[in-house]
Order: sequence, then C-alpha cells, then structure tokens
Amino acid sequence: MRKNVPYIERPNRPLFLYAVLFLAFLYIPVLFLPLFSFNASIYIAFPIENWTLRWYREMLENEPLFAALMNSVRVGAVTSVLATFLGIFSAKAVTRYQIPGKNPIVAVIMAPLVIPGIILGVALLILLNYAGMSLSLYTVALGHILLCVPFAMATLMSRFEGFDKSMEEASADLGENAWWTFWRVTLPTVFPGVLASVLLCFTVSFDEFILAFFLGGTDPTLPLYMWAQLRFPNRLPSVLAMGACILVISFFVVFFSQWLVRHDRD
Amino acid sequence: MSERAASAASDADGAGVGRSWRRKVRSFFHSSEGFRGYTLLSPTLVVMLFSMCVPFAMMVVLSFWTQTGYDLNFDTAFTLDNYTKVVGGEVYNKLLVRSLWISAFCTFATVIISYPMAYYVAFHVHRRKVVWIILMTLPFWTSYLLRVFTWKVILGFNGVINSGLIWLGVIDQPLEFLLYNPAAVVITLTHAWAAFAILPIYVSLEKIDRSLLEAATDLGDGPVARFFRVTLPLSLPGVIAASVLIFVPTVGDYVTPALVGGPDGLMLANLIQAHFGVINNWPGGSALAIVMMIVVGIIALIYIGVTRLATRNIA
Repeated sequence: MRKNVPYIERPNRPLFLYAVLFLAFLYIPVLFLPLFSFNASIYIAFPIENWTLRWYREMLENEPLFAALMNSVRVGAVTSVLATFLGIFSAKAVTRYQIPGKNPIVAVIMAPLVIPGIILGVALLILLNYAGMSLSLYTVALGHILLCVPFAMATLMSRFEGFDKSMEEASADLGENAWWTFWRVTLPTVFPGVLASVLLCFTVSFDEFILAFFLGGTDPTLPLYMWAQLRFPNRLPSVLAMGACILVISFFVVFFSQWLVRHDRD
Repeated sequence: MSERAASAASDADGAGVGRSWRRKVRSFFHSSEGFRGYTLLSPTLVVMLFSMCVPFAMMVVLSFWTQTGYDLNFDTAFTLDNYTKVVGGEVYNKLLVRSLWISAFCTFATVIISYPMAYYVAFHVHRRKVVWIILMTLPFWTSYLLRVFTWKVILGFNGVINSGLIWLGVIDQPLEFLLYNPAAVVITLTHAWAAFAILPIYVSLEKIDRSLLEAATDLGDGPVARFFRVTLPLSLPGVIAASVLIFVPTVGDYVTPALVGGPDGLMLANLIQAHFGVINNWPGGSALAIVMMIVVGIIALIYIGVTRLATRNIA
C-alpha cells in the first residue's frame, strides 16, 4: 500500500518540524513588541509584573503621532493608486503582447527592488536639490512610487497571466471598443489583482523608512516619527504600542491581499 | 506630389479619406503586437527610466565636483579627489570590506535556512499551499524598522534574552556580547530578509518536473543522490536569484547597523548617510555610493557567472 505512494508524496516529519521551527524564527521575535506593549514598566525586561493598557491610552492622546499617521496615510494612498495605475499598463503589456526585448524591460522596471534603498534615496535627493524642489510629503510619495511600481507590476503580472485572452476578443467581436472592453471585461477579471496591488503598495509605502528619511521634509511619516522616538528611552513603551498596532494591521492587510492574488490560482 | 494628390482627394471626399486614414492608423496599431505593447508599456517605462537614470547620472556628475561651504554650493571643476580619497582611505576600505562580509554571511545564512522551508512547501505540502506561502512571506511586508527594532529589544543589555536568562537563574550578569557587534547585524538581517529569499527558491523548486525525480528513483538513485543530482541543480536558478536579491540590498543597509551594530558593526551605508547628513559632503558621499555599487555589481556578476558555469558542468 505505502509502496504505491511515490516517495516524494509521503509526509516528511523532520522537514515538517523544520518548517514549524522556521515559522517560529520568523514570527516569535516580532511578537515581543506586542507582548511588551502591555508591560507596565518602561523597561523592556522579564519578568513582566504588571500589565497595563496605559501606553495605548497615551498613544491615542498623542497629537504628533496622529499627525504622522495621517501623513503616512496620505502618502500611502497617493502612492498605491499611482503605482498600481502604472503597474496595470506595464503588466498588461508584458503579459499580453509579444514584445521584443521584454526581459530587459521587465528587469529595468523591477530594478528598484534590488537597488539598495540608500542609493535610490541619495540619488533622488541630489536630483530634487538640483531641481530646487523643497522636501515634503510629495517628494516622499515620488520616491515611494518608484519603489512600489515593481511590487504592483509583479502582483498584477501574476493576475494577468491567468487571464483568458479570448474573453477580450469576444468582447471586441461583440462590438465593444477597446476602452469599454477594458472597463467591462479586463478590469473586473483582474480586479482582485488590482485591489491586492493597491493594498500591498500601501503597506510598503506606509512602512517604508529609508527613502522617507532622505526625501522627507519637516512633516514626518509614521516610521520617521518612530525613528525619532527611539532616541528617548522613556518614550519606548508608546513606540511599542504603536508598533504593535502597525504590525497587527499590516498582517491582516497583507494576508488579505496575498489571498486575493493566490487563492484561486492554486 | 502625393501630398497634393491626397489634399485633392480630400477636397473631393473629405470624410471618406479621413476615415480611411484613421483605419490605416488603427490597423497599424492592431497588426503590430510589439508596437501596441510598447505603447501600453511606455508610460511606466518612461517614468521608471527617468526617475532612475536622471538621478544616477546627476550623482555621477556630482561625484566629480567639490562642495564649497556649508550651503550646498558646488565647485563644478572636474576632480578625481573624491575617488582617490575613497579608494585610498583606510576607513572607507575597512567599512566596505566589513559590509561585504556581513552581507555575504547574511546571504549565505538566509539561503541555507530558507531552502529546506521552500523545499518542504514545494514538495510536501499538498493542501492549503497558499496559506503556507502567505505565512512564509508575510513578515517581509511588515515594517522593516520594527523588525530591526525588535532585535534590539531581544538582544539588548536589559533585553529579552538577558532578563529572561537572569529571571530563570541561568546567568547572574547580563551578557554584553549579544548586541552592538557584526554578529547582531547578521542575525537581524537574516531574520529581516529570510521571507524574501523563500519565494524565488520556492518557485524554482515548484517548476521541477516531478517525472524527473521518478526517473532518477527508477534508475536507482537514493533520496540523497537524487537530491544532489536532480533537485539541487534544477533549483539553482532560484538560489542564485535569492542570493543576489539579498546580497545587493543588504550591503547598502544602514538601519540595521545603526540600531544593533554599535561602533564595530557600522557599515559603509552609515558613512554614506553621514556624508549627506552631519559630515555634509555630498560629492564625497556620491563617490562612496558609486564605488559601493560598482564593487557590489562586480561581485554579483562574478557570482552569477561562476554558479552558472558550475551548474553547466554538473549537468
């Protein structure tokens, strides 16, 4: 009976154990932030003697924090929409048409994934300085769009690849023009990918620190605000509370968006 | 001549000619797939090319200038001073070599620990594969700053490990060697990038034709021989991609060394950042950044070339 099952399909206990350990290595360190955010002492140390919600209450009354949060949301919203917009066109172009020189073009668009953040940040800073643009949330959004287009394109490409071309052809045969075909056939079909791309780009922009550090003006985004708070030991607990909230929310958002991209492709 | 003929014709039957022109243009668009593709692609490509090439070009130009005064006034006379300082400077070289070593260790560690995980999901998970893939890659999308900061909390003098061990009575004094050294940087970077390494490795493993493995078994290979003769060589493209994807960005990381590296764990990127901050020497910083990119690029190319050659020889 067992002999009929190919070796590769049999359950592999040691590897399963390894997988669990690996996930523990990925997740347990991150979970210390939420854990200590309920710690009454301002020192991060075991044993935790008293539990409190004080840091969360302080966080809600923190005006600069709220301002930074709104800055990040604004930058994230603009970035995610524009990056996805650019991503739709390029993803459709490279998945649907036979384009000569497709691989180098994709490599160029994907380059910001691999270029160290500091190089991108510094180079953009030099350009902005030369152009005489003052640093603001707009310049941060500019950097973030550059960073997010590869993510948007990768997400959308995987969606367009599973797309049946004959649907569009049928729509054209039935007399719809290209624009209406796009609105009524293409977009609804790839919509989960578009939504996933918007959510992922928002998360990337919301959490991005290095580009914001170089391109940010006087209005800080949330990661910049946290970075500034890290210097003050007595502010640490509220940073932990804030970090815990950010982690929990981005986990849910990313899980949902990844599920959107992948669930019906398995 | 033909123009005049066309205008004469349009005088005779303006609407008809207009339509035929439009049809010609449209049929050109429809017939040439490549052209349509490029038209669709061009906005994104132009934006990306412009916003990468122009800043880089300006950085290169700036690296041959000198900064005069504090207010970002530049002396535009061509000079190689910035480069001779970088190439000859002991501090620069030391930091560059250290950055490369730290990244190399981190890349190696990340690929080694990610490979079995990717292998498990590719070959041994049959139900709910999506959930596994999402779980593996999820941390990559969450705040990088927080993921780095968490290691400061764990490894710190009064951190999780030290206070936990004291609480449990294993040690009396906090261990000082945990934080602020290159090892802490390597651990933190490995943790931060592990989720990124998995995907390319997983994809290359998933692509392997299962009948090849059956063929190897039928021809008498045991599990170990089969792994080294079939699975590993066929998954090498994924391993190469993962290594490059981690090595290149980590060399330029400065958040991790700034938070957990201490003075001995500082990397070249910290110095680049300082050139645009407290040191306030933009041309010098540009030269540093360019030298770093060139060195990293050469190493990555050599690595890709050598591994490709090795794979070909195995096959």
